[in-house]
Amino acid sequence: MIARWAGHRLATGGLIDRNVVLTFEFNGKTYAGFAGDTLASALLANGVRIVGRSFKYHRPRGIVGAGVEEPNALVQLGTGKETTPNLRATEIFLFDGLVANSVNCWPSVRFDVGIINNFFSRFLPAGFYYKTFMWPTWHLYEWAIRRAAGLGKAPTDPDHTLYEARYDHCDVLVIGGGPAGLTAARAAALKGCRVMLVEQDRQLGGRLLWDETSVDSLPGRAWISGVNNSLADAEASVLTSTTAVGYFDHNSVLLIEQLDQGAEHNRSTFPQQRLRHVRAKRIILAAGALERPLVFAGNDRPGVMLSWAVRQYIGRFAVRPGNQAVVFTNNDDAYCTASAFANAGGKVAAIVDTRATPPSALLEQMALVKIPVFTGSSVVSTGGLRGLRSVSIEDRSGRHLTVKCDLLAISGGFNPTVQLFCQSGGRTEFDSDGALFKPSNSAQAEVSIGAAAGTLGLRQSLLDAHAAGLDAAARCGSRASRQGIFAPFAQGEAPTLQAKWMIGKARGKSFVDFQNDVTVDDIALSVREGFHSIEHLKRYTTLGMAPDQGKISNVNAAAIMSTMTDRGIEQVGTTKYRFPFIPVTFGALAGNIRGDAFRPIRRLPCHDEHIVANGRLEDYSGWLRPAFYPRESESLEEAVRREALCVRKSVGLFDSSSLGKIEIKGPDAAIFLDRVYANTISTLKPGRLRYGLMLNELGVIIDDGVAARLADDHFLVSTTSGGAGRIANWLEEWLQCEWPQLRVVVAPVTTSWAVLALSGPACRAVLNAVGTDVSLAPDDFPHMAYREGLVDGIAARLARVSYSGELTYEISVACSRAPALWRKLLDVGSRYGIQPVGVEACLRLRLEKGYLLVGADTDGTTNPIDVGWGHVLNRRDDFIGRRSLLRPNDRRDNRLELVGLEATDSKVLYNGTQLLSRNSSGRGPSEGYVTSSGYSPSLRRGVALAMLRSGRRRIGESVVALSDGRQVDARVTALTSYDPRGERIND
Amino acid sequence: MLLIECPWCGPRDEIEYRFGGQSHVVRPAKPDEATDDEWAAYLFWRINTKGPHAERWVHEAGCGCWFNVIRDTVNHEIVATYRMGQTPPLQMARGKTS
Repeated sequence: MIARWAGHRLATGGLIDRNVVLTFEFNGKTYAGFAGDTLASALLANGVRIVGRSFKYHRPRGIVGAGVEEPNALVQLGTGKETTPNLRATEIFLFDGLVANSVNCWPSVRFDVGIINNFFSRFLPAGFYYKTFMWPTWHLYEWAIRRAAGLGKAPTDPDHTLYEARYDHCDVLVIGGGPAGLTAARAAALKGCRVMLVEQDRQLGGRLLWDETSVDSLPGRAWISGVNNSLADAEASVLTSTTAVGYFDHNSVLLIEQLDQGAEHNRSTFPQQRLRHVRAKRIILAAGALERPLVFAGNDRPGVMLSWAVRQYIGRFAVRPGNQAVVFTNNDDAYCTASAFANAGGKVAAIVDTRATPPSALLEQMALVKIPVFTGSSVVSTGGLRGLRSVSIEDRSGRHLTVKCDLLAISGGFNPTVQLFCQSGGRTEFDSDGALFKPSNSAQAEVSIGAAAGTLGLRQSLLDAHAAGLDAAARCGSRASRQGIFAPFAQGEAPTLQAKWMIGKARGKSFVDFQNDVTVDDIALSVREGFHSIEHLKRYTTLGMAPDQGKISNVNAAAIMSTMTDRGIEQVGTTKYRFPFIPVTFGALAGNIRGDAFRPIRRLPCHDEHIVANGRLEDYSGWLRPAFYPRESESLEEAVRREALCVRKSVGLFDSSSLGKIEIKGPDAAIFLDRVYANTISTLKPGRLRYGLMLNELGVIIDDGVAARLADDHFLVSTTSGGAGRIANWLEEWLQCEWPQLRVVVAPVTTSWAVLALSGPACRAVLNAVGTDVSLAPDDFPHMAYREGLVDGIAARLARVSYSGELTYEISVACSRAPALWRKLLDVGSRYGIQPVGVEACLRLRLEKGYLLVGADTDGTTNPIDVGWGHVLNRRDDFIGRRSLLRPNDRRDNRLELVGLEATDSKVLYNGTQLLSRNSSGRGPSEGYVTSSGYSPSLRRGVALAMLRSGRRRIGESVVALSDGRQVDARVTALTSYDPRGERIND
Repeated sequence: MLLIECPWCGPRDEIEYRFGGQSHVVRPAKPDEATDDEWAAYLFWRINTKGPHAERWVHEAGCGCWFNVIRDTVNHEIVATYRMGQTPPLQMARGKTS
């Protein structure tokens, strides 16, 4: 009768500090552990056996591994807004006050109602949702299945954690700080290279942290310390708690560095994680290997652990995870576990070796310490409610015997951690000696060493690592002396192994993927259904798709699949590995590019003045512009009507600084503009302006604006606010790539000039009152003309151009002078009734005039003919987009054309309203849609613009508008509703 | 992320550049005389090479210059970069990155 299972903390040994006692809470109960413990080791020490419930079947699960490979011990860390789901308990270092809970169980991990799934498991094999829960409709079951699915709870509050990002460059990046990585890093550093060494764990050393191996005749930990000093002397950058999560093009690697391990600081003011973008000349992958389990019935019972994990808990954390153990293996390495367990005061009831003839040296060793070894035997099932109590062994002659135990340490071999290597584009090959996939052809400037390369013996691994470090240094052009740099020596040969991928066909589930509850039966089902490709197997069974991404299951799965489909394991292969290697927090990837910094917003030169005037600032294409300036408790609509009427009746002041401005200068400037505009620009005289449409090569309108000719070889082109950067880039592209022979320079000047527009019948009077040396007499300064001079003593560019349809002067001055000019204009204009006018009123005014708003009235298919600019085809010379206008679809008779629309009830039509012909009885097809709409304060009715099939031919006719659920009659009109002959503008 | 060598500025991260599609797409000298098919070829038809691919990039966050890059679409190796208007060099031998 074995003692009641309880984890046992050894009195001495381990890397823990028994002087620092930490209190933590798990599933509502309070426990104690030591500094240096992980949550997992502390739980084991406290005898906590069941730490979670499996994903689908809700089977009780215990801790299996000791590090990144852990599939079962997923916990919800913390509570409230800072909770983080699905962290591995094996990687959370204990801190005082830690609170964690199991995931995927209710009401508790010890009594979980979800266990009912286990009893219905026959109906829940892989892919059950493709075949069941269908009738009468999937949506009947959907809500229940969605609630049951998933692991952990997502936090409900925004993440206020602070994250950082930085860029690093180095000669040699070594990923992995175990013995191989340390050796390679030291060799390269001593040769004068700029070395960066990253290690996922909190401490350097890898297996030396728990293995009793000596290197260079020093105890492992002493050797590590020495290497660390060498690295520090050579100014190498050594980062612990840093995981390489992705390997990208040209030797760029993404690292996640954990910063506040002890959770001592405020998360929103002290960065918790740092994202590092590293570019290295050479990369050395030393990420080690991970043990894989054996696959047999009942291999998921709490108390079944990976053999090397048992050694890690004993050696590093001074925890013996059981009292009486059975070791089950197909290789030599697990015998070390048996020895370590015995040395820690436990009893090893048996070693079960699947091999018929394990190395005799091992058998002799075990005989000396009286540990029975069953060769050619297998564990075929496990027993025990609420955890392991016994195993059933089938020996070489087929006899069955039951052995009592509370720990089963299993080892199916080791898998080199090739994920990053594969991400880099490298190909792996299958090594039949170790029955593992190891790196073969590299795609980038990297090399794998140690266990990551399939070299499992420490002695050889150190030699290879040293050579790799020197080689990397040489390739970086280092020339430092080789004196005094010797490869370290340690004993340790690779464990011999005989692959055994599946054990028997006993009752009970043989798990391959613990985290997603995928069994051997599921793989067999996948094969029966015809899914033979490893990628299909993955998606059909979800094997390898859980947060652990198949770290301990992929290779077993490939091997089992190969057996079932009679192929070599290398033919089956493994699935494609992708970033990230471990789950990464979104916040870390975003860094500080969030909130206001996500897309920096641009401010107008008169920003402060707009605030003084009570402007309501909004984001327009990345610019913060005043939408309207409400008085008292005005609504948006009330303000818009007031401001618009003010422009029509007296004068308004509008800030149009954000519209793009580009200067085009050179002998070929006119020729160039003729090519980029749909209409001719070269005939423009100096001092005159012309409105133009720009097309892309598909003939689609991409921007509009006014071009001013300043001189024969000098133009000033305006674009929409959103188009400023885009059009300047567009012009550059054509000049550099297609017409490099043109002698012309493109200079964006949007942010050099502030533009204040005075618009309305009284604006001439206001401008004269402010004082200008430019004659404003209509004959001297007609509509669509350009002048330079002084306004209120400030050097200014003046353009007489209007988007409102009223007399308008656009005054451009240096940005620094604009606020004073704004104040002066408001001051001087007050006796004329001047008011500041926002963007919304401006758009309402242009709507009354039927002026185009590119992007609202046009889309990605609108060509100039559609908006009434068919005359551009009268041009003889070529321009961008011209040829596309001659294509059949562009010449089609019934294209959508821009027209005006007036509802017969005078009400405002909804924007986007679909239009039907009168005899379609309200059903369709759509003949077009409203593109812009609003109430016209000048005409006191709704006005709208619309795209209507063959619209221009139908002016005067009626159509039906499906507006807000009603059918409204609307009359098709010309574009311009207000002052159609433009008399006001030419005044 | 790619490391691209701008002919003027030197090696820079991919994020400083903007991709501009296939290089050496010839705009018909007389578009009016191009048939609809020839014009469609200019607008839409692209090689989609598996292997070294000549393509345009612009160093938008740097000097603002357009240039050509021969990039292997399979392994992303940058075989060569050359200025706009230059003829593509003969493919350089592999091993450029070692």
